[in-house]
Amino acid sequence: MNLVELQQYLDFAFIIAVVLFILAIKWLSSPATARRGVLAGEIAAALAVAATLCNPELVQFKWIIITLIIGAAIGIPLGMVKMTAVPQRTALSHAFGALSAAIIGIAEYYVGVPHVTRFEMGEIGLEVIIGSLTFTGSLIAAGKLQEILPQRPITYRGQNIVSLSVLSAALVLAVILVVNPNQAYLFPAMVIVALFFGILLVTPIGGADMPTVISLLNSYAGFSAALLGFVLNSKVLVVAGALDGSSGFVLSVIMCKAMNRSFANVMFGAFGQVQASSSAVQEDRVVRSATPEEAASILEAASRVVVVPGYGMAVAQAQHKVRELYDTLTKRGVDVRFAIHPVAGRMPGHMNVLLAEADIPYDRLIEMDEINGDFPQTDVALIIGANDVTNPAARTDKGSPIYGMPILDVDKAHTVMVIKRSMNPGFAGIDNPLYYMDQTLMLFGDAKGFVSNIVRELTAAGVHA
Amino acid sequence: MPADFISNLYVFILAGFVGFELIKRVSPLLHTPLMSLTNALDAIVVVAAIIIAGRHETALSTTLGAIAVAASFSNMVGGFFITDRMLRMFKSGKAKKS
Repeated sequence: MNLVELQQYLDFAFIIAVVLFILAIKWLSSPATARRGVLAGEIAAALAVAATLCNPELVQFKWIIITLIIGAAIGIPLGMVKMTAVPQRTALSHAFGALSAAIIGIAEYYVGVPHVTRFEMGEIGLEVIIGSLTFTGSLIAAGKLQEILPQRPITYRGQNIVSLSVLSAALVLAVILVVNPNQAYLFPAMVIVALFFGILLVTPIGGADMPTVISLLNSYAGFSAALLGFVLNSKVLVVAGALDGSSGFVLSVIMCKAMNRSFANVMFGAFGQVQASSSAVQEDRVVRSATPEEAASILEAASRVVVVPGYGMAVAQAQHKVRELYDTLTKRGVDVRFAIHPVAGRMPGHMNVLLAEADIPYDRLIEMDEINGDFPQTDVALIIGANDVTNPAARTDKGSPIYGMPILDVDKAHTVMVIKRSMNPGFAGIDNPLYYMDQTLMLFGDAKGFVSNIVRELTAAGVHA
Repeated sequence: MPADFISNLYVFILAGFVGFELIKRVSPLLHTPLMSLTNALDAIVVVAAIIIAGRHETALSTTLGAIAVAASFSNMVGGFFITDRMLRMFKSGKAKKS
C-alpha cells in the first residue's frame, strides 16, 4: 500500500467518525437511546485516534504514548466526580479543551514562522485568542463553582471599559500580526493579553449566572476547535467543533430565555449586587413557619405534591433525603413530582442529574412549561433550596429586577412550603413575596436536616397508625 | 483566499446547522450529559495534538503538542466516562418496577 492510498483510508476513517458524531448527538435526544449515543461517540473517537496513529508523518511515538497515559490518568478521576461537582468538572473540561486548541495553534504558528501567510495568521490569531480567553475564563468559572474563588460577582467602577480595552488590545495585536505575520515577538503578547481578558470576562459574573456562562464557554471551546480545523485543514475538527459550538450556543440561548435576559446583560450586567428594590417599604409582613411534624402531617394529607429543587438542595447534599421523602410519600399513595426550572442549579440540567443520581425515576422530573398548568391542582408545593425561580414578583411587579423571567407558578398551589435557612434574601438579593403569602409556610432549617426530620415524622406516624 | 478555506467553510456551516437542529431536540432532562458528551467529541483535537507531538519538528512544537495530547485526551476519556455514568442513573419509573 503506497502513501497516497493509506492517506485515503485514513480520510475514510475520519468520515465514518464524523457520521458517528452526528448519530451520537441524535441518539442523546432521549434517555432511551442516549447510552447508544455515548457508544457511537466512543467508537468515533477510537477510530479517529487509531487512524491518526497510522499517519506516516509521525516519526516519534514516545511522547505521544506518555502523554496519552497522562491524559487518561487525569481524565478517569475527573470522570468519577460526584454529581454535585459536575458543574466545576465541566468548566474544567472546557478549560482543557480550549487549552489544547490554543496551544496547537501556537505550535502551528512557530512551526510556520517565518513563512506564515497573512491569511493563515488571521485564522491562527482568531483561533488562539478565542482558545486562550476560554481557557482562563473556564478556569475562573471552575474556581467559582468549586468555591475556591468567591461566587459573588466581583465588580469595580469602569469594569466594562477596562475589559473591552483589553480585548481590543488583543485584537489590535492580532491585526498587526496579520499585516506582518512574521513579527514573532508580538505573538506571545497577543496570547498573554487574551489570557488576561478571559479572567476579566468571567470574574464579574455571579454564581447564579453560571448556567449561561458555562454554556457560553462551551460554545467558545467548540468554536475554537472548529477554527483550529480551519488552520490545520482538518474537516473532522471543523465538524466536531461546529457541533460542540452550536450545542453550547443553543444551551446559552435556552438559559438566557429562562432568565429573560440577553447575552450582553449576562456578560456585562453583573447581576445581583444592586438591589434597592421597590418593596423595601413593607416591614411588618407576617411570615408563618411550621415544624417538621406539622409539615409531615400536611404532606401526608395531600394527594398531589410538587417538589421544587434548587441549588440549595445541591449545596446541602439533600438529594438522597429528598429521595427518601419521595419513597415514603409515594408508598402512601401521594403523587409526587419534581418541577425543574431550566436555570435551577449551576449548569443546564444540573437538577435532573442530581435527582437521577438519587434514584428518582426521570419521568417524575417535569419541565417548567409542562408542570406550570398543574400548580392550581397541586395540594402542596415543597420548595427546597430554590428562590428566584419561584418568585411571583417576576410575573406581577414591574419594578422587580427579575420581572418577566419565566418562573414556576408555585404560588398557585393550595399550600406552599419553603425550606430555607433564614429569611435572608436569596442569591440575587431579591425579596420574594411568596414567603409572605397566606398559604405559605416557612420551614426554617438546613435542607438535608429538615427533610430527614419530615421523613422521620412520616415514618413514626406510620407506625402509630 | 485558499480553496481549502472555502471547502472548510461549507463543512462548518452545514455541521453548524445539523448541530443546531439536533441539539434543539435534546430533552432538557439530558442537558448536563449533552454538555459532557459534546465536550468529549470536541476532544477530537487530540488527533491534531498527536500529529504535532509526533512530527517532532522543533522542541517547542513537540512540547506544546505533548501538553495538548494530555489535555485533550483527558477530556475524551473523562467526558465519555462521566456521560455514560450519568446516563446509567437515568431510570424510568416503569423500568424500575420490572
